[in-house]
Amino acid sequence: MRPSAASRRRAELLLLPAINLAGALVLSALVVLAAGADPFGAMAVLAMGAAGDPASLGYTLYYATNFIFTGLAVAIPFHAGLFNIGGEGQAYIGGLLASLACLLLGPRLGVAAIPLAIAGAALGGALWALVPAWLRVTRGSHVVITTIMFNFIASGVMTFLLINVLIAPNQSAPETVAFPEATWMPGIGSMLGPSPINLAFPLALLLALATWVFLWRTRWGFAIRAAGANAEAARAAGISVGRSIVLAMTLGGALAGLVAVNELMGAQHRLLLDFSSGYGFMGIAVAMMGRNHPAGICLAALFFGALYQGGTELSFDMPQVTRDIVVVIEGLAILFCGALENLFRGRIARWLGQEFET
Amino acid sequence: MSDPVVELHGIEKRFGAVHANRGISLRLFPGSIHGLIGENGAGKSTLANILYGSLTPDAGTIRVHGRLHRMRRPRDAIAAGIGMVHQHFMLIEPMSVLDNLVLGSEGGPALAKGRAAARATLNRYQWPIDSDLAVERLSVGARQQVELLKALHRGADILILDEPTAVLTPIETQWLFDELRALAHEGKTILLVTHKLREVMELADRATVLRRGSVVAERQVAQTSAAELAELMIGRAPAPPVRRAHPKGPIALEIRDLRVRDPEGVTRLDRVSLDLRAGEVLGVAGVAGNGQSELIKALVGLAAPSSGMIRLHGRDITGASVAERRRHGLGCIAEDRLRDGAIAELSAAENVLLGRQDESDFVRLGFVRRENLNRSVETWVHDYAIRPRRPDQRLTLFSGGNQQKLVVAREIERKPSVLVAGQPTRGVDVGAAELIHRRLLEISAAGTAILLVSADLDEVRLLADRILVICRGRITGEVAPEDVDERRLGLLMAGAAVA
Amino acid sequence: MSDGLVDLLSILAATLRLATPLVLAALGGLFSERSGVIDIGLEGKMLGSAFAAASVAAVTQSAWLGLAAGIACSTALALLHAYAAVTQRGNQVVTGMALNILVAGLAPVLATAWFGQDGGTPNLPPDARFAALTLPGTAALSDVPVLGAIYVRLLGGYNGFVYGAALAIPLTTLALRSSRFGLRLRAVGENPQAVETAGISVASLRYRALLLTGFFCGLAGAYLSIAAGAGFTRNMTAGRGYLALAALIFGRWQPVPTALACLLFAFADAVETRLQGTPLPLVGVVPVELISTIPYLLTVMLLAGLVGTARAPRMLGVPYGRDR
Repeated sequence: MRPSAASRRRAELLLLPAINLAGALVLSALVVLAAGADPFGAMAVLAMGAAGDPASLGYTLYYATNFIFTGLAVAIPFHAGLFNIGGEGQAYIGGLLASLACLLLGPRLGVAAIPLAIAGAALGGALWALVPAWLRVTRGSHVVITTIMFNFIASGVMTFLLINVLIAPNQSAPETVAFPEATWMPGIGSMLGPSPINLAFPLALLLALATWVFLWRTRWGFAIRAAGANAEAARAAGISVGRSIVLAMTLGGALAGLVAVNELMGAQHRLLLDFSSGYGFMGIAVAMMGRNHPAGICLAALFFGALYQGGTELSFDMPQVTRDIVVVIEGLAILFCGALENLFRGRIARWLGQEFET
Repeated sequence: MSDPVVELHGIEKRFGAVHANRGISLRLFPGSIHGLIGENGAGKSTLANILYGSLTPDAGTIRVHGRLHRMRRPRDAIAAGIGMVHQHFMLIEPMSVLDNLVLGSEGGPALAKGRAAARATLNRYQWPIDSDLAVERLSVGARQQVELLKALHRGADILILDEPTAVLTPIETQWLFDELRALAHEGKTILLVTHKLREVMELADRATVLRRGSVVAERQVAQTSAAELAELMIGRAPAPPVRRAHPKGPIALEIRDLRVRDPEGVTRLDRVSLDLRAGEVLGVAGVAGNGQSELIKALVGLAAPSSGMIRLHGRDITGASVAERRRHGLGCIAEDRLRDGAIAELSAAENVLLGRQDESDFVRLGFVRRENLNRSVETWVHDYAIRPRRPDQRLTLFSGGNQQKLVVAREIERKPSVLVAGQPTRGVDVGAAELIHRRLLEISAAGTAILLVSADLDEVRLLADRILVICRGRITGEVAPEDVDERRLGLLMAGAAVA
Repeated sequence: MSDGLVDLLSILAATLRLATPLVLAALGGLFSERSGVIDIGLEGKMLGSAFAAASVAAVTQSAWLGLAAGIACSTALALLHAYAAVTQRGNQVVTGMALNILVAGLAPVLATAWFGQDGGTPNLPPDARFAALTLPGTAALSDVPVLGAIYVRLLGGYNGFVYGAALAIPLTTLALRSSRFGLRLRAVGENPQAVETAGISVASLRYRALLLTGFFCGLAGAYLSIAAGAGFTRNMTAGRGYLALAALIFGRWQPVPTALACLLFAFADAVETRLQGTPLPLVGVVPVELISTIPYLLTVMLLAGLVGTARAPRMLGVPYGRDR
């Protein structure tokens, strides 16, 4: 009895990442041991901290929202054959434009400023990804290095702006004044207790669905995937590889920029220093674990959201294990799901009695 | 008859569902040339690679000089005295000839000793190659000489040559044959793996015929004929399609003084001009590497010519993009279909979309019309006997031959007004080749203009109304397919005569 | 003696000091990339080595043991990269990134757990560090005008690592061009199939190349924490691994041009501190936050200035797989 292509794909999408993740967690447990703490206890604290009470669940979903955005930001360019590491910087610049929209247009337009601010966030991220994309197409510059550089440049520029230009008067913390209340993203967590979860969460889910439709049901998504899989064949078929690369990167940057909608417009209600820190790289882990598929990304984002929220609890309860343990799990997840993904493939195939294509 | 120097017994090899070698046994005798012949996909290269240790057999034994050998890697074969000249050269392009010879037999952590030994080998054979020249600057024939020298330098007394003449001119082929005869005379054993019967008849002492992975016959060459070998290779007498003459229409494609340079500035296509009429099949014959690829690329829009003009149905398309040309009726069967014509990671249905993603049949308002894609796949699966029959399966699950059939079907069934076909049946089994030839003639009769670029003279003779010969980037002459003057054709292909 | 000369010499000397970890890391990257394996994990290896070296030096109070630990750590990471890239034939860019992130998290976790400080090691006393070396005759020559200043300030007074890095450049060039290993290394990056059919193991070559990567990155990281610095601090590599990679690409994977690119980056870094607070013509005082972006802008411009893609090793980044 030959397994159907569909069941094989399902196993690939679910089982393989699950086992890869298990591998990552086992190694992380060893790290916790090496740090002198109890791995099971740590896991318990993480789990409780993530979903133990409704408010925590709200926080988990709120973090997951950011990770959906940055995960998609990595996934779309990945389908074009590019590795977008610039999520941090793209989110940061998106935040700049969104904040400017809220602060300058909010007082006059009120709620109508919200869609403009959202557009600004997307535009900021898109522009910050456009330059590396353009350099890649015209000069062959390596996207990994240019996007990393742009992260550092964004950091420098934003630090300068926040300290010298945008800082709220009469304070030392590098933040802007609070956004007008009309521009705040409406919260949706009233049943969940006090948490910053807001309309950005359903927006993220919607965009994940839209990404799926775009990549697998439209001709531009097809062009992107073809260019990423085999640029020569795509070119011979009349597809403009350069255009596909630029499109994929700008869409990715735009999605990264939307982190600002959740984080700044939905939670912080002001522009702060380093607000995007860590989310961009987490997006890589989410994309790898989700195998660059929007459905997988949503699940992976949920997982890492839980981890992130649980990590805060962990740093209170077990001070010898800092929040950085989450970064360790992140790195191991990328390693197992992204690079060593075939490690368990053979064993799973034999266990299931199926033939997987390689 | 002396003892065999190489004995293969019961060699079995599978690649997933493909049974490439089924219980093959073979004996090679010293001082002789043995031909291993078969169609593309019969399993010849697999067997050769097993003997050289690049592949491990699932079952079977290999004996060299009577001793059992486990060939796990080429290193084992080299130690057993086996050398191989591969079809695709195993050379390091930016390195010198000398360093390519030294690689693997350096003779120590510093290179001095190794380089001296390599120079000694070069002197011994006295072949006209500049040892300090980078391989990338050598002609194809010279590169092959380097490949052969590598094997000899490592002390091989058993030489495997895999399709050695595929890229050689007739003159270079003769040179190679003379050398092989001399080497056999010296006592070396030569296994010639090829599908060209004429060469086996000319050169070999014995021949083994492979078909679909099994040995179907062994013959002394002196006691058989090319016709008999052909029938053994194919399994039946070949049944070529009948070409019927039909009236040709207006000129569909004009090329004037086309010149194409490669990235290093070398002229690859030198003022080529031709006219192609609707309903006509124009063959471009020549040894591979003489500008055919550049001609196809320039026509399709992947390479910009440095001068000259291309007109499609009277419209100047010299600067047009690939997509524009396809929109105006140009189609192309790429020479290397699996690399340039298909994307293995995508499904069969999505591969149908490749190159047709702006046709209203398959895309509406930006959205892909999957039902139409699936329907096309299902139709062609039936007409072209493609297996497996599922449009949603990834192309990697299809065998190479079936992938090719899908790509060829996609381009032919698009019914372009001008079709550029590069080696359309290379790597495809005989039955499929006949089907493709038949379809090409059918769409030609319906008005499609076909430019057939192929190194397979038989194919060109079979299909073309006229044949142009290309050599070193220029059209050296035109022959009619009925023209059986091999000598003249050979001279045109070598550029020694310009008609 | 003019202040100008002293100034210039101290900038040049700072350039050499700042270039040392870049040159060492870039040479490390050269070996792996010439063999055909992309390695963007130079950053992670340097960081890991810096942490390991500082930790062991803090515990054993021995700089040499610290150095050994740093090299061991970096080599272990390199072997992990080799396993994922060569044996498992995984995506080499993703692997490199994964290791960078892993180390970025692992080092602070362990540092906090073992030393109780936020993500760093305790300050190292002088015996647990490598001191600057004084060239013979420094005392006697220090008063000689011009030449003495050059001898004392520009040629002398560096850590052993700096001299080592300078020596490594010609040694690497020589090894690549005239040794068996160098020949095979260059071959495997261009055509691994040709190497395999010549009877040489591709996997073994690539593993050895990555061992060298680990060694050199280990030196680079150890320099940062137990020679130039006095212990490990959070994120102390600050993107140097990526700058080294950019230098390698700009230097077309050749030792000498790569080293020159590293010097260029280091020079920009050295001048940066000078520029702080100093008004420039036209623009006035450039804010310090913007000055800090100079090396990164320079990298982007360097990468954009390449005409087409430089001749990378042909099979760079393509996992070599044999159908067995």
